[in-house]
Amino acid sequence: MTPPDHGARARSGSTRRQFLLGGAVAGVGAAAAIGADTALNAAAQEAPPAPPHGEQTVPFHGEHQAGIDTAAQAHGFFVALDLHDSADRADLTRMMRILTDDAARLTQGAPALADSEPELAASPARLTVTFGFGPRFVERAGGSRPGWLGPLPAFGIDRLEPGLGDGDLLLQVAADDPLTVAHASRMLLKDTRSFASVRWTQQGFRRAHGTVAPGTTMRNLFGQVDGTTNPAPGTTDFDRVVWATDGWLAGGTGMVVRRIRMDLDKWDELDRGGREQSVGRYLASGAPLTGTDEFDEPDFEATTAIGFPVIPEFSHLRRARSENPDERIFRRAYNYDDGGAGAEVSDAGLIFVSFQADVDRQFVPLQRRLDQLDLLNEWTVPIGSAVFAIPPGCREGGFIGESLLT
Amino acid sequence: MFTPTKRNTARLALALAATLALAGCTAADAADDAVAAPAGESVTLTDGWVKAAGSGMSAAFGGLTNAGSQDVTVVSATTEAASMLELHETVENETGELIMREIDGGFVIPAGQTLALEPGGSHIMLMDLAHPLEAGEEVTFTLTFSDDSTFEFTAPVKDYSGANENYDPS
Ligand code: HEM
Repeated sequence: MTPPDHGARARSGSTRRQFLLGGAVAGVGAAAAIGADTALNAAAQEAPPAPPHGEQTVPFHGEHQAGIDTAAQAHGFFVALDLHDSADRADLTRMMRILTDDAARLTQGAPALADSEPELAASPARLTVTFGFGPRFVERAGGSRPGWLGPLPAFGIDRLEPGLGDGDLLLQVAADDPLTVAHASRMLLKDTRSFASVRWTQQGFRRAHGTVAPGTTMRNLFGQVDGTTNPAPGTTDFDRVVWATDGWLAGGTGMVVRRIRMDLDKWDELDRGGREQSVGRYLASGAPLTGTDEFDEPDFEATTAIGFPVIPEFSHLRRARSENPDERIFRRAYNYDDGGAGAEVSDAGLIFVSFQADVDRQFVPLQRRLDQLDLLNEWTVPIGSAVFAIPPGCREGGFIGESLLT
Repeated sequence: MFTPTKRNTARLALALAATLALAGCTAADAADDAVAAPAGESVTLTDGWVKAAGSGMSAAFGGLTNAGSQDVTVVSATTEAASMLELHETVENETGELIMREIDGGFVIPAGQTLALEPGGSHIMLMDLAHPLEAGEEVTFTLTFSDDSTFEFTAPVKDYSGANENYDPS
């Protein structure tokens, strides 16, 4: 007998629908499974092979920019640019028109205008391009700057390297294929040359597409399940946490990008129990230390036999959860590992990315709590920090930033 | 995207061409029954762009599609961005070298087909730029056809490192 999930595995790639089908078949009794399996095989013989995953696209146009409520792609490239001193409002408009046109085409699997490698545009693999504006961009555009748009307050844990922070224009380019990301990024950056120069870049990754079931929470390089408690895109809760409602930023959001080094060598010295205490969750399942399932609610009142909280007061989970319901964010992080040199075998960490309507009201209090107390700080060091205003999306024919620039 | 209406028109035209083909009647058959429309009404431009340049020369590219039932010929192009425009083709000379030169008799766009204007191939050459062409700017062109009809299109300026063929009109 073929394995029960044969129908899902027979085809290359796994669309969400196929995965769900496979799961459903695995979940029913053996006799029924054989019947369903036969049906699936029959369907597989008639249906043409599923198109490769590379052909999948995420719509570019819409109320919000893509790449925020989009299920995180496997590869993310972040680049911040400094505007040329000469770049004025009219230049910014011309630049954003060009970049919007590039992004609108590339994300749909079409080459950009004047694309010198058009073949590389043919497999978008859920490519998204998200634009963000730093404080200087907004000032040059003559717009009103949200109070929170600027460097974050200094935190005690910070060891910021200037070359890794701030910036006037941010591009977040993400897709399930690294070659697609590289081509799109290069095409976009070529079109910024007349207006800006690269300040910093960061290359991030998650699991490759297809390695784990869609929807699986990512793991970071500490091995932790990272991203469990997060507002779910498509809910009113998410909308409230993420989307701004005022002025030119309405339909947009605020973005924090923090490069946080993770000291994997020091983490190696910590045993499993200590690792789980530092976050307050089990490594295997991601469940809180008071539960069994990843999504169980943590019980902060539960105590050990000798009266200590099961989820320690100093744990990242306890500290990152505020009593104030306003102090919530949407996290969309990527791992980085730039490789080692000499005795250091890795230079790794998290490109911490969070979206929230108001950075001062939602993000800063949380970061302050973690700055004051969080055992995880023993192994993590913020080395880069930037804040951007993410303008809303645009309609076909419009351009990103038009609410600020027109 | 730039020039969305023109893109839509082009799509419609292609769809129409496909329908005619499916119905088993060729474009030429259809032409017998219809009075040929002015060339300027049959032609659309997709994915047009102009190379950014500080001064001197530049070039315009894109796909010129003739949705009509008769071949059309572009005989000239004008724009406020440059005082002199030429229609260029790229050909092999006696020594096998690719050279560009002004095309004799203009660009012919066969019925139902697309003429690709691209770096290293045919293009509209701009000479004596009126002002620097800056990335993101839009340039309007008017093409004139052999039947004296015209077609106007707008294309954005893009930075582009290629298309450096220098033109020696001598
Ligand atoms: C390298 C640095 C960091 C690592 C390795 C890390 C790791 C984790 C892990 C493993 C969890 C538990 C699972 C989950 O709900 O995602 C978590 C939760 C969380 N983290 Fe972090 N984190 C880091 C930095 C930050 C920063 C800078 C912030 C914000 C200032 C933050 C905010 C949160 C929040 C809000 C939660 C959810 C807490 C809750 O359950 O209510 N984390 N993090």
